[in-house]
Amino acid sequence: MIEVNDLSVDLGEFVLKNITLTVNEGEYFIILGPTGAGKTVLLESIAGLYPIKSGKIWLRGKEVTGVEPEKRKISIVYQDHVLFPHLSVKKNIVFGLKMNKTTADEQNNKINWVAELLGISNLLHRRPDTLSGGEKQKVALARAIVTQPELLLVDEPLSALDPETREKVQHELRQLHRTLGITILHVTHDFEEAIALGNRIAVIGEGRLMQVGTPEEIFRHPNSEFVARFAMTRNIFHGKAERKSSGDTIFRVDGAEFIIAKEADGTYHASIRPEEILISTEPIRSSARNCFPGTITHILDKGSTLYVTVNIPPELSCMVTRHSFEEIGLHEGKKVYVTFKASSVHLFD
Amino acid sequence: MSFLKFISKNRLTVTFVLLGLLIFLFVILPLAKMIFASDAGILWETILDPEVRGAIGLTLYAALISTLVGFLLGIPLAYLLARHNFPGKRLIEGLIDVPIVVPHTAAGIALLFVFGKRFFLGQTFETVGITFVDSLAGVIIAMIFVSIPFLIDSAKEGFKKVDVRLEKVARTLGASPWQAFFRISFPLAWRSILAGNIMMWARGISEFGAVIILAYHPMIAPVLVYERFETYGLDYARPIAVLLILVSVIVFIILRAIAYRGDK
Repeated sequence: MIEVNDLSVDLGEFVLKNITLTVNEGEYFIILGPTGAGKTVLLESIAGLYPIKSGKIWLRGKEVTGVEPEKRKISIVYQDHVLFPHLSVKKNIVFGLKMNKTTADEQNNKINWVAELLGISNLLHRRPDTLSGGEKQKVALARAIVTQPELLLVDEPLSALDPETREKVQHELRQLHRTLGITILHVTHDFEEAIALGNRIAVIGEGRLMQVGTPEEIFRHPNSEFVARFAMTRNIFHGKAERKSSGDTIFRVDGAEFIIAKEADGTYHASIRPEEILISTEPIRSSARNCFPGTITHILDKGSTLYVTVNIPPELSCMVTRHSFEEIGLHEGKKVYVTFKASSVHLFD
Repeated sequence: MSFLKFISKNRLTVTFVLLGLLIFLFVILPLAKMIFASDAGILWETILDPEVRGAIGLTLYAALISTLVGFLLGIPLAYLLARHNFPGKRLIEGLIDVPIVVPHTAAGIALLFVFGKRFFLGQTFETVGITFVDSLAGVIIAMIFVSIPFLIDSAKEGFKKVDVRLEKVARTLGASPWQAFFRISFPLAWRSILAGNIMMWARGISEFGAVIILAYHPMIAPVLVYERFETYGLDYARPIAVLLILVSVIVFIILRAIAYRGDK
């Protein structure tokens, strides 16, 4: 579908170099990287909005490297929406259709179609500055897909939204991808977002492409120190949630059963923040419902804090301060207990 | 609260109000006195004087033409300066503002050195029948020279406030660079552009120094005021001055009202 070959972009302060990746037709492809890794610029280069230093880009078998952005059929949705402030919602959406010389009838049909698809029919006559964050995001998406682009680029679409709206928009994106079958290239710094949405993930960092693969591959088999650090400092699991006869809801992964605070049933991802897990040499009696014995398999030193990997199984990454690390006397191979609250287990699709 | 207590509690505000009042009166008093002290009969007679009406009309017209020329040539430069970084940009920005600080009689002489009959540009234009000495064209280039910085600076600030990514989105949606400019950047910067145009036009109307060097004739109103003052004295110069002030203020107020319509 889209092929990026040995792309290099000069960002002034640093250089994004030798980016090679292929996105398949209809794929939801995530580019994951820390803030400031040049993700937005990478998207703009693919859209033809940012001058590249070297490399080639193919779209559906045709080289588009030197082609003007208006002829590429690639739409972009920026993190902060970037709606045309002087135009109504309707005129924002119709902009692309007008540029592509569609008839008035066709314009109306397409506006109605996209407005219904995204549930924004009642917003068409509003001005952008009167919309909420979630509404703006939908309008930006509508404006981008109404021209039926071959590729949709989305730049951190969820990070400017409040948690509740985030979940809705995330759902919206997945729906959109399924119903339209459109190829989406989505950049984010959020690991959970990447795993929840991506068919495949490309991790970029230090100006290079570090690894490409399915969420499982990236997470289970990081191929470099960078990706490992990115993945190891997060606990993300794929497993099954179910309600037990005792009344508790549990999340089952690798034979372990985590008690969780939310009622759920079915296959989910779950994450636990490393700083919310306690390590002790004896089991702790507390209000925290989850306590498991395990063995320390790896220690990652980050200066004042350390990430200690404990294998229950599964492997859990726990953050401890240097002070407590030395006080308890942790080392690889040591048997310990890990404790965390049911509410620390965050469930997501 | 007693008056004294109020003053002692708001010393800064009170001081600033007094100082502000002083400078406000300084500006408004001469203008007001001139308008209100003038005799209505004489003013009417002045309006009937064809030479006066011709001069005021010519002033407004010449300033309008110079603003249009400034608009056509100044907006592209303002856009370039707002959007691109290139070596020498700071220098260009500085040089564009030089006409503001140059004494305007000196500006007139400088223009004469380029557009005068003995010089290259002057001769080139003469072959197509345009001369700049003692002509309307001379009035116009003098006005453009001294007033163009106001338009360029204002339009540049306007374009800078338009997010570059708005143009980028427009491009991905199928707009050419021209369409992105005319449909997105230009309308969004319009308020600043219009304000710049008004400033440029107003500055053109009030120009005297550069015009008098380049084109004493045809006579614009500021030159006519000067001439009447020199030949007949204060009493004859004043009614024209009053009329010029009234016309400029009225037009200025109307244009500002249009430009700031809808502002909160």
